[in-house]
Amino acid sequence: MATSPDIEIAEHAFQHHFGSMEQQRETATFGMWMFLLTEIMFFGGLFCSYLVYRRSYYQAFVEGSQKMNIILGAVNTAVLICSSLTMAMGVRAAQLGQRKLMVILLLVTILFGFGFLGIKAVEYHEHWTNHEFPGPNFHFETGDPAHPATDPQHTEIYFSLYWAMTGLHALHMVIGVGLVTWLVVAGMRGAFTPEYYNPVENVGLYWHFVDLVWIYLFPLLYLISHKHAG
Amino acid sequence: MATAVQTVERENYLNSNYGLKSWLLTTDHKRIALLYLMSITAMFWLGGFFAMMIRLELLTPAGDLVSSDTYNKMFTMHGITMVFFFLIPSVPAVIGNFVIPLMVGAKDLAFPRLNLASWYIYMIGAALALWGFMLGGVDTGWTFYTPFSTGYSKTHVVTVAVGIFVVGFSSIFTGLNFIVTIHRMRAPGLTWSRLPLFCWSNYAASLIMVLGTPVIAITLLLVAFERLFHIGVFNPQLGGDPILFQHLFWFYSHPAVYIMILPGMGVISEVITCFSRKRAFGYEFVALASIAIAVLGFLVWAHHMFVAGISMYSALVFSLLSYFVAIPSAVKVFNWTATMYKGSVRFDTPMLYAWGFIGLFTMGGLTGVFLASLGIDVHVTDTYFVVAHFHYVMVGGMVLAYMAGLHFWWPKITGRMYPEPPAKLSALLVFVGFNLTFFPQFVLGYMGMPRRYHAYPPEFQVLNVLSTAGASVLAVGYVLPMIYFLWSLRYGEPAGPNPWNAVGLEWMTPSPPPTHNFDETPVVTWEAYDYEHQPQEEITVGH
Amino acid sequence: MWKNFPLFPEAASSLAGQVDGLYFFLVAVSAFFTVLIFVTIFIFAIKYRRQVNPLPTQIEGSLPLELTWTLIPLGICMIFFAWGSLIYFQEGRVPRGAMEVYAIGKQWMWKFEHETGQREINQLHVPIGRDVKMIMSSQDVIHSFFVPAFRIKTDVLPGRYTTTWFHATKLGTYHLFCAEYCGTQHSGMIGEVVVMDPSAYQAWLSGGGVMGSLSANGQQLFQQLGCATCHRADTQGRGPNLAGVFGKPVLLDDGRTVFADENYLRESILNPNAKIVSGFKPIMPTFQGQVSEENLAALVAYIKSLVQLQQASNRPAVPVND
Repeated sequence: MATSPDIEIAEHAFQHHFGSMEQQRETATFGMWMFLLTEIMFFGGLFCSYLVYRRSYYQAFVEGSQKMNIILGAVNTAVLICSSLTMAMGVRAAQLGQRKLMVILLLVTILFGFGFLGIKAVEYHEHWTNHEFPGPNFHFETGDPAHPATDPQHTEIYFSLYWAMTGLHALHMVIGVGLVTWLVVAGMRGAFTPEYYNPVENVGLYWHFVDLVWIYLFPLLYLISHKHAG
Repeated sequence: MATAVQTVERENYLNSNYGLKSWLLTTDHKRIALLYLMSITAMFWLGGFFAMMIRLELLTPAGDLVSSDTYNKMFTMHGITMVFFFLIPSVPAVIGNFVIPLMVGAKDLAFPRLNLASWYIYMIGAALALWGFMLGGVDTGWTFYTPFSTGYSKTHVVTVAVGIFVVGFSSIFTGLNFIVTIHRMRAPGLTWSRLPLFCWSNYAASLIMVLGTPVIAITLLLVAFERLFHIGVFNPQLGGDPILFQHLFWFYSHPAVYIMILPGMGVISEVITCFSRKRAFGYEFVALASIAIAVLGFLVWAHHMFVAGISMYSALVFSLLSYFVAIPSAVKVFNWTATMYKGSVRFDTPMLYAWGFIGLFTMGGLTGVFLASLGIDVHVTDTYFVVAHFHYVMVGGMVLAYMAGLHFWWPKITGRMYPEPPAKLSALLVFVGFNLTFFPQFVLGYMGMPRRYHAYPPEFQVLNVLSTAGASVLAVGYVLPMIYFLWSLRYGEPAGPNPWNAVGLEWMTPSPPPTHNFDETPVVTWEAYDYEHQPQEEITVGH
Repeated sequence: MWKNFPLFPEAASSLAGQVDGLYFFLVAVSAFFTVLIFVTIFIFAIKYRRQVNPLPTQIEGSLPLELTWTLIPLGICMIFFAWGSLIYFQEGRVPRGAMEVYAIGKQWMWKFEHETGQREINQLHVPIGRDVKMIMSSQDVIHSFFVPAFRIKTDVLPGRYTTTWFHATKLGTYHLFCAEYCGTQHSGMIGEVVVMDPSAYQAWLSGGGVMGSLSANGQQLFQQLGCATCHRADTQGRGPNLAGVFGKPVLLDDGRTVFADENYLRESILNPNAKIVSGFKPIMPTFQGQVSEENLAALVAYIKSLVQLQQASNRPAVPVND
């Protein structure tokens, strides 16, 4: 039931170049979908490069992907999926006016986000110390003396794309965590009500998108050749 | 009769608030449009300065005015400034920002704060690029081909590439704003089939902005990484593929040319209908042609790469598709011409520029047809033929459309009329100067003069001299409007809400409009360009 | 006066006439439509000007007109497409038996090497009336081999061979330009193609310091670099026998079949593990950084010259996919 403070909050959030709150809500959501479309194209360039090089230098890419830590990658995937769950639940809580629950769920989402970034940092550290960062210090070894690296030059390209794609994804995670933090702060101040929780929804959309990008990254970078007999 | 008319001024978006802060923190789309107008005009003159250096150097066959490195920087910076900082934003960010909310009967764009952010992002991108220019410039060509740009150029590639990366987001956010506005903020009764063609064209261009720009963003980012970290994504010595760079680059940069021309075509639709006092001939065909150009424009990028080492069969496909994309543009040209048939035609300056556009865009577009033909392209690609082609569509087309739009909506934007006689003279100078500058370049190109050449064999000199002479006439044609537009702000005849007696929501509100655009949300009950029911009134201003 | 102020390039190759023919057709059609639009607008502007036609006649459109001016331009475009494609395919298919010249572009000069070993810088001597195939690569950035008089242009890439061919039909000296911006002296990377009559060309070939034919140099390198250790002229080598490999399909260990062209040979030397021939192990070391473009050209020329010797064994040394 809409209490009058709730209605006041919604009215305060109303932007007057819109004809109605409903128009504002639909427009904002449409805007977020359009933005996500641009993000698909942004990541798309990298995915396209990855697929092109993988086709041309298959063996090199297989060897590169076999150096991925599949356990950490799988854990990260689970972490992100759970974070999307808590995010979606947070949106639902906002819709129902359950402010405390919403804040808790969003905080848990942030925690999961940090968890992802932390695990990623561990992975990055491992790759860095193994000289698997492209550039003058790059030095690739398969780790299996029976199967030496066949094409390290192109495995370097695999790693260039690995760092670029996961790095760009991590940057989007950081931005996502920032956005959810803003929601927590605003939510604690009572900015969201059942009549006005559109920002929570839209940040949720963004968060789910970033999760989805990882769902594509994980198989392409980690899983796809993992059991391939080199 | 040019007198400084002192009237009691109604409250409008210009006088509602004074002070720098009210401009720099505005969310009013009309003020933001003016902020953009100042920025892109400045960048236009910078780009023009580089052009002047190029044409001066090319007066003589020897490279005797500036060094080779300097010349290479001149044409690079000319291209970057004009493409990314002038042409792409010009009509959308200045005219579109101002006019689209008015045309759809809205109080503002869907996301006014995002609109302001767009301008700031533009300024940051421009500042970065300019800083790169001042540090010493960049000499890779605006196309940044690898491995030269990633491994050999000794200039400030990263700074400028990052500047372009940033300004791309300005374009994306503007396009996003337009798409959402046109979808969601139309006044009651304004159905898609009653939407002005200017909105259709900008909508199509916005689709490209939103979908294409991210690809060049990531491509330039990769170029920057390659230079900074010596990775080899595009460098063959490190296992990379320079052709992949070209594919990624042109995947955006070809649709980008349609970002540049579609809004201009939208202006022409508005001007031709108004100054023929007729509904648009073939409205649906023109509207759908815009969408067709946007879609097909994404499928032809490798026609920039016919001699780059792609397979013959790919080339065949891209050549065929390039012919398909030419057809909707031709359809538009025929429809504009037919709109004049049995109309009631006036020769005001916007109409003169519109005619110039149609003629020169036709020539530019037809020479595109030359380039789409594989056998011809092999000979003329990378020569002055291509340079002439794209200047015909970009300058003869786009810049003339921009001038048409500025003149057409100037009274709405400022509440003043520009003076007609110098405006007509400028239009003539631009037309003549333009043709003299660029037509000889078609001949030069077929003869074999390559582009980006600092020095050239002496037999090419006469045509180069003609070209430079034309450029000086063209320059005068550009300077005059600067002067008389500024003059008109103080001394121009005050304009009423509808000095051209045009049909359109933007003409139903005062000039300049109030901050909130309309006192009451209009309800649209008429078809687009309903000149049949528009009362005939003599236009009394502006002669 | 015209000599100093030409308006049209010379036509000196077998394809130039065809290209010019298509060009003139395009010019004619474009001129027709340009004049049509200019004149129509002019007439409409005058005939329907406000002073004489104050009342416009509103016309919604015309489907027949729309179809006409969509389909006719489309049809004309298809002619341009077909004609242009035919020429392009001719340019892309090198005739058999063409004389070969290796070209190496580097900032900012052209190096040419004839099969007989004759080397040139920025000048290319060719005989009239013979097909000439250019096999080109770059030592650094992308360049482009452009001879306006022949109407040909092909980019010259680092890391890969590109090819083009021409058949000169007129004696003379013609401009050679680099047509892909390549840095400071891009406009200085020019030269000339000298078309001589066949006897003059032979004379030119035999004069001057010759350092041995390309393939002879290649054979020397083949020994010096140790290639012969594994790539023996029998089936006992650790590497495939290279006799007759050029110009035929090759079966790889992952099941793919590739065509052994110049780029395949080049890649096999510089990045051998990218493609492993079926039945062999990935043990060939890379020679990246150890062979210059000139040496690569010599090796490629040598391998191309190896004719399959049937008497060595009954089955082909290099497995082919039947």
